[in-house]
Amino acid sequence: MIPLSWYLILAALLFGIGLFGVLARKNVIAILLGIELMLNAVNINLLAFWRYLAPEEVVGQVFTAMVFVVAAAEVAVGLALVISVWRRRNKSSADELDMLKW
Amino acid sequence: MEPIQVVFLIGAALVLFSAVMVVTRSNLIHAALYLILTLFGVAMIFVLLEAFYWAVIQVVVYIGAIAIMIIMAIMVTRDVTGEEHEPFNKNVIWAGLLGLLVVVTLVWSLTFWPQFGAEIQQSVDSQNVIADLGSQFFSGQGYLIPSIVASILLLAALIAAIKIAFPIKQEEED
Repeated sequence: MIPLSWYLILAALLFGIGLFGVLARKNVIAILLGIELMLNAVNINLLAFWRYLAPEEVVGQVFTAMVFVVAAAEVAVGLALVISVWRRRNKSSADELDMLKW
Repeated sequence: MEPIQVVFLIGAALVLFSAVMVVTRSNLIHAALYLILTLFGVAMIFVLLEAFYWAVIQVVVYIGAIAIMIIMAIMVTRDVTGEEHEPFNKNVIWAGLLGLLVVVTLVWSLTFWPQFGAEIQQSVDSQNVIADLGSQFFSGQGYLIPSIVASILLLAALIAAIKIAFPIKQEEED
């Protein structure tokens, strides 16, 4: 059988890759892709903990549902912002969007 | 090595390889297509965890809706056939170090946890799991309020996304 540690190490690696993507990428949509990877790592962790430690409780799956809902809402608003910025400024690189920086 | 462990390792290798491709490709369409591959790998991991419902939701919501939406946004905002740009900003080394540090710290601190190497203790009845989840979501003793909050959040995000992405009126453009 597969021990719990395998899932946790996989989720940690996926989270690290996603974090690298969020911090290092230039394009705003690429940053959103990194966030998706991180949310997926969290989902693997939640479902692994549910299956191994508390399969009779429903709470692990409720948290997973919450992460799914928040991910869908986040990507909808995030992409709307990207499209809006593109319409107004014709830019989609995070380095160029520094109007609020002084 | 048992067959199920081999299946897990294939799934994990698929997830990690395509995740690395997602964050390193300079062509955004390629990155988004590799994201779909990553999401399929994660769905495979969900099946191994006997979370069949979530594997289906992963394919329907993430691949069917989110990944397609991201590809549409890439096509709207960018000349995808244009020349390749440098994908990384100047923080790339620090970002790599920080990502590595987070992974090492997470795994290292988890090794002190007594249940780190836990095995599956009991089997689940996957049909009852889904029925139980459904009734818990809509019972006052269960998770009715979180599910209402989630619905309001989705409605708010829907309205906000339409409002934000709506075309600019001429007089606003000054």
